[in-house]
Amino acid sequence: MINPWWAICILAPVFFVIGALIHALIRRFRMTAFNSLLLTFGLTVIIDAFIQWIWTADFRKLESVYSNSKFEIFGIYLPYAESFSFAISLICACSVYWVMKRTDMGKAVRAIAQDPQMATAYGINQKLITMCLAGFCTALAAVAGVCVSLIFTLNPSQLYTWIGVVFAVVMLGGLGSAFGPLLAGMLIGVSESITMVFIAPSWAPIVSFTLLIGLLLFRPDKI
Amino acid sequence: MPIKRSLPNILLLGLILACVPWMGLSAFWLSFLYLILYWSVLTLSWNVFSGYSGYFSFGHGAFFGIGIYTVAYMCGQLEYPFIQMVALGGVLSGATGVCIGAIVFRVKRVRGELFALLTLAVTFIISTIVLNTPIDGGPGVYLNSVQVPKLGPNLPATFYLLILILFILALFISKAIGSSKLGSALFAIHDDEDAAEVMGVPTFKTKLIALFISSALAGLAGGIHAVFVSYVTANEIFSINVPLFVVLMSILGGTRHWAGPALGALVITVLQYVFTIGDNALLGKMVLGLVLILVILFKPDGFLGGVARRNDKKEAKKIGEKYGVSLSSVKNSTPTHFHVDHQNSSAPHQTKERGLEPHTHNNWQSNQETLLEAQDLCMSFSGLKVLQNLNLEIYQGEILGLLGPNGSGKSTFINVISGHYKPTSGSLVFSGSDITHLQAHEIAQQGIARTYQIPRPFSNLTVFENTRLVASYARCISLNAATPFAIEALEKVGLEHKIDSLPQDLNLHQRKFLEFARALAAKPKLLMLDEVLSGLTPSEIQSAIALILNIKAQGTTILFVEHVMSAVMALADRVAVINHGQLLAKGDPKDVMRDPKVITAYLGKKLADA
Repeated sequence: MINPWWAICILAPVFFVIGALIHALIRRFRMTAFNSLLLTFGLTVIIDAFIQWIWTADFRKLESVYSNSKFEIFGIYLPYAESFSFAISLICACSVYWVMKRTDMGKAVRAIAQDPQMATAYGINQKLITMCLAGFCTALAAVAGVCVSLIFTLNPSQLYTWIGVVFAVVMLGGLGSAFGPLLAGMLIGVSESITMVFIAPSWAPIVSFTLLIGLLLFRPDKI
Repeated sequence: MPIKRSLPNILLLGLILACVPWMGLSAFWLSFLYLILYWSVLTLSWNVFSGYSGYFSFGHGAFFGIGIYTVAYMCGQLEYPFIQMVALGGVLSGATGVCIGAIVFRVKRVRGELFALLTLAVTFIISTIVLNTPIDGGPGVYLNSVQVPKLGPNLPATFYLLILILFILALFISKAIGSSKLGSALFAIHDDEDAAEVMGVPTFKTKLIALFISSALAGLAGGIHAVFVSYVTANEIFSINVPLFVVLMSILGGTRHWAGPALGALVITVLQYVFTIGDNALLGKMVLGLVLILVILFKPDGFLGGVARRNDKKEAKKIGEKYGVSLSSVKNSTPTHFHVDHQNSSAPHQTKERGLEPHTHNNWQSNQETLLEAQDLCMSFSGLKVLQNLNLEIYQGEILGLLGPNGSGKSTFINVISGHYKPTSGSLVFSGSDITHLQAHEIAQQGIARTYQIPRPFSNLTVFENTRLVASYARCISLNAATPFAIEALEKVGLEHKIDSLPQDLNLHQRKFLEFARALAAKPKLLMLDEVLSGLTPSEIQSAIALILNIKAQGTTILFVEHVMSAVMALADRVAVINHGQLLAKGDPKDVMRDPKVITAYLGKKLADA
């Protein structure tokens, strides 16, 4: 059994390469944005079937060094796994913010987002940077996966539930923002917990979407 | 091919398939045929909206599931009659589709992505609701006791015939929409939704109608399928399988061909069956994912994508021949002859023959009726004021040249008039009525047409269809009635020999003239030209100028944004100059160009004055 920190250190670079390769494929075939969505959808289905094949469709729980361990701070007991995940998400959000706002690389990414052709004309290596970006996003997803595995029971069909939650969080937090999704994630997490306690745990999955649909109904211009 | 000629074929197919239960097939094969038809219905219904318009729904499982659970709850638990409840399921499912659409389509950005993911989300919401209420409650619902009207010799035959009726209906709807005015609007939305709206297509309404039909059909299929499987559980019904299969089948068969989805459904269902009898369901799932990826990579148009394209071209060609259009590609693409109305166009002819000399500005002054009036028009994008208290009127029958340095707000002015942007404040009055708060397609239907600086043709429609669609929607007439106007407009700009081409086969000059043709086919009272001459060669500019004068001679008022000064001086009856969103000067072209404010705006101040 290895420490989750080590898991992250190994998985992040591996998934960086995977993400960059998928992006290279999308680029190679000059895919439209929507076709690339379908491509990743196809990959998801294959991965889902693969996970079912190896680990079956049963629910499983990861027994890590952190499960069941708690620590006390100011008289409150905090579970280690959740605190670990929260620390990781803070670190990720802060570093994404710093990279995007303060470094040349971040400026290049924002320039490409606004006008890829002009960015290329001014000497930005668009190909390399978007590949790195795709790799970086995939690596972040792998880190998130480690955090999920520490806290939740696992099941292959959950893949699709998580897509929905991620999507709701990003939409609520704002596209292209580093701290918005962090706040939105906390909002959704807290709302889900409240729903579980006061209504019933089985209603929790629809909380994020209800919030999202509320946003769409009342503030469609904010999307 | 028009629907009238395909209808007998579809009915014939239905009759042949209806004989199958009396041919002595075993219950197993009847059920297998049922599954093929059932997936065809689901895929055809998905394609009617998502395939045609490009708004991919991953929530077809939700619509289908609503149909299933309406029947499961109403018939299985409350014992209402079967057929009525199938219909109710269709209506409920359609209504849900419309609600989702009405929420998502109000968002301007990321509509497509948002729609795809929100429909996926709705599947989970409905699944959670079904699981947590008496509709299912968790253990699933048995439907063994539901009475189904006896159509065939035995129960599998009855299910087969029920789904066959729905299949023929779905096939007919798919074909009918594909060749209707609604269908061409969906194709236009697929290619360039904003341009479609500005050219008169009520995009919001169109999408909701198509989405209703699509989700209602899925609901009907679900209702029949509920009793076929006779035991339903939420986890199975709302799994990712339905949306995955439906998307895969449509793409494989070809989303732009009306029968493509049915072909895709046939292929995948057989393939799936092969894996299931080998007890390799998981392997089958992997193969499906892989097939989806391979199709996206190597055959993004699907099996029948090429056929659909060839059919479109053939139809355009046939209509061209019917109207006596010469299709020889040898002909020079530059328009040389115009059917000019000779009574009031002596001036344009002089200009055309002698080059870019100004023509006499006499015909507008006698008739100073205002066609469009902008009052205190302001437009700002989060603090950046692009138009500031602009007051400008356009008189009936004139050519008004709108000038100004880059970024002065000229294009924004056109975008505000055409309804692309809503002004922050101020008002626009066109032909005596207030158009400030109208939607873009309503403005287009009032008689305002525009061209885009960078041409925005509907890239998967032929030149003919591009033009006819705009004529049909801007004039509020049927596609057939719009045909002669489309041909006329294409002849006027000299593109009639390209009638069956796709926009990608045209050069820049021809694409700019296609923009012209679409605007002319709308028969606008006011035509707004956004830098139509930029990027053209001098001889192409000459032919464009002749064309503009010809349009004016037929009584169309023209607002004309241009940087080619010689053309402005040759064409404009009046010019208006704007800078930083404010009006600097307006009036006779020569006077305005001598105005010191205008000279400063273009060339800067002299050092001594600064």
